[in-house]
Amino acid sequence: MFFIKSTMFRKLSSTYQLLISIGLVLFVAGGCYAFEDYLGYRVVAFILLLTVSLVAVVFDIWPVLFAALLSALLWNFFFIPPKFTFHIGDAEDVLLFFMYFVIALINAVMTNRIRKIEQEVQEKEEKAKTVKLYNTLLNSLSHELKTPVAAIVGASDNLLEEPSRLTEDNKKELVSSISVAALRLNQQVENLLSMSRLESGFIQLKKDWCDINELIYDVANRLNEQLKDHQLIVTIEEGLPFYKLDYVLMEQVLYNLLYNAALYTPAYGDIRIDVKNQNEKLYKLNTADSAHSQLKKEIHLLSIVIEDRGAGFPPTEIEKVFDKFYRMGNTKAGGTGLGLSIVKGFVEAHNGTVVLENVPHGARFTINIPAETSYINQLKNE
Amino acid sequence: MNNASILVIDDEVQIRRLLEITLESNNFQVTSAADAKEGMRIAATHPPDLIILDLGLPDENGHIVLKKLREWFTKPVLILSVQSSEEDIVKALDNGANDYLVKPFRTGELLARIRSALRSAVDENDDPVIDCGDLQIDLATRTVKKQNEIVKLTATEYKLLSIFAQQEGKVLTHQYLLREVWGPGYINQSQYLRVFIAQLRKKIETDPNRPAHIITESGVGYRFIAKD
Repeated sequence: MFFIKSTMFRKLSSTYQLLISIGLVLFVAGGCYAFEDYLGYRVVAFILLLTVSLVAVVFDIWPVLFAALLSALLWNFFFIPPKFTFHIGDAEDVLLFFMYFVIALINAVMTNRIRKIEQEVQEKEEKAKTVKLYNTLLNSLSHELKTPVAAIVGASDNLLEEPSRLTEDNKKELVSSISVAALRLNQQVENLLSMSRLESGFIQLKKDWCDINELIYDVANRLNEQLKDHQLIVTIEEGLPFYKLDYVLMEQVLYNLLYNAALYTPAYGDIRIDVKNQNEKLYKLNTADSAHSQLKKEIHLLSIVIEDRGAGFPPTEIEKVFDKFYRMGNTKAGGTGLGLSIVKGFVEAHNGTVVLENVPHGARFTINIPAETSYINQLKNE
Repeated sequence: MNNASILVIDDEVQIRRLLEITLESNNFQVTSAADAKEGMRIAATHPPDLIILDLGLPDENGHIVLKKLREWFTKPVLILSVQSSEEDIVKALDNGANDYLVKPFRTGELLARIRSALRSAVDENDDPVIDCGDLQIDLATRTVKKQNEIVKLTATEYKLLSIFAQQEGKVLTHQYLLREVWGPGYINQSQYLRVFIAQLRKKIETDPNRPAHIITESGVGYRFIAKD
């Protein structure tokens, strides 16, 4: 708490720091002057010293030195007898005055130095942390990018250099491994591009009316190959309205989740998708446009739940799975550790939320997105 | 239709080589150009049957090249782009491109698009009946049959389907479809299109959730495929 306060003070410009220091010293000296009869001028010295120490904790060196000098002069002028002169009568008081001045200066310089060292240590620690994180990211990324490249280079070398020694089947296998690796590489590049779009901070949503049924099946059809050994059970609420969403981003959100589910669900296990309209209207749009249009313009919550029959996630890891480049120890090949952070980023770009929880026999991702809805799809045929 | 001549305009030598090998082995005649200037010169001196144009050329923006080409070149232009930016694709299609492919593309996909574009450029459909495998669309009598049974379509559904069928294999943008079916005032009313696509799929697709005829092109539009 105190630390936060002091960093806050330090952000003030040096002029402000100086003004505040002068004000504080003057204020304390004034207070002491009023009660001088009770305090005695030597106690006043300690009170002023304390004030300078406090200033030293929160402010930079120059305002502190100035406060030290000012307080010494004030003490001398107003408190040390004879008063209202800079002349000091007693030899003991002369010594006291010089000691006061030296202590105040040491106080100012030392406190400042300690603070600087503290800051350096902190910066060093932060830097070490960043380097460690960066190394983890780099390791994960280079592994994910270089594995397919290695497959492509190796297979094509074989085909180029020793075509006569290879059987037709071997050749076919090599060619198909090139193809698989290239597609995998492409997927990683797509993910990296999406991630950098997210990182850049300005994803512009191209919202348009989406038929959720079309969206879900479109994604499922694209994953035909990966889902061929699974049973996909899609339940879409009857009479679901259209939602205004960015179709392409939502497609990638669902693709990544479904791809994950397919990867971790053993063969013949089911994967469930449940889509519901949370009926509570979040709010109504009272635009001039809606007055003369037959469309109801309302914001509803779209809820999409994807449940797999995989091993679930260790409870300690659940928090981390949406982190960039986070991969669990038992992760299968083919992921970048980017898929779920892209999911989170794209859902949040829609002001929505995504939650992961373990359920009996698997994991459940729940996406909730507030979106404008249209019930025009329930109009009679024209 | 083979032996058609194709001009490839792409600055990447690897992509040019790949396209040359792929296309030549499928009996197309291929010439290629590494930049817009050379591409325009070849297109003017030896007009090809189809042009494959990369949007990212070193000397000129691909959209401008496309516009210049379209001032006189009436045959199909197929766009190649690296980034799957839907805006870019829609813009190119609006500027008169016939179709697009995003790198990396599959060879099968490339050949299908080329054949479809060449086909639509050649046949000036005299036959009013369009045969789409399990689906027959008779433009003269305005009837649609699925497995020899008449499918009842509303006027709007029929209009949408006939636009699709007459431009088989070509991607049609949301805006284009809205303008053609409902009129220029409706180009932002995409919800109408969603409604009728869903209805039409229910009537003509064997499995509306796995459409074989009306294919979604994410963020761009729809494509009608005749055969299963």
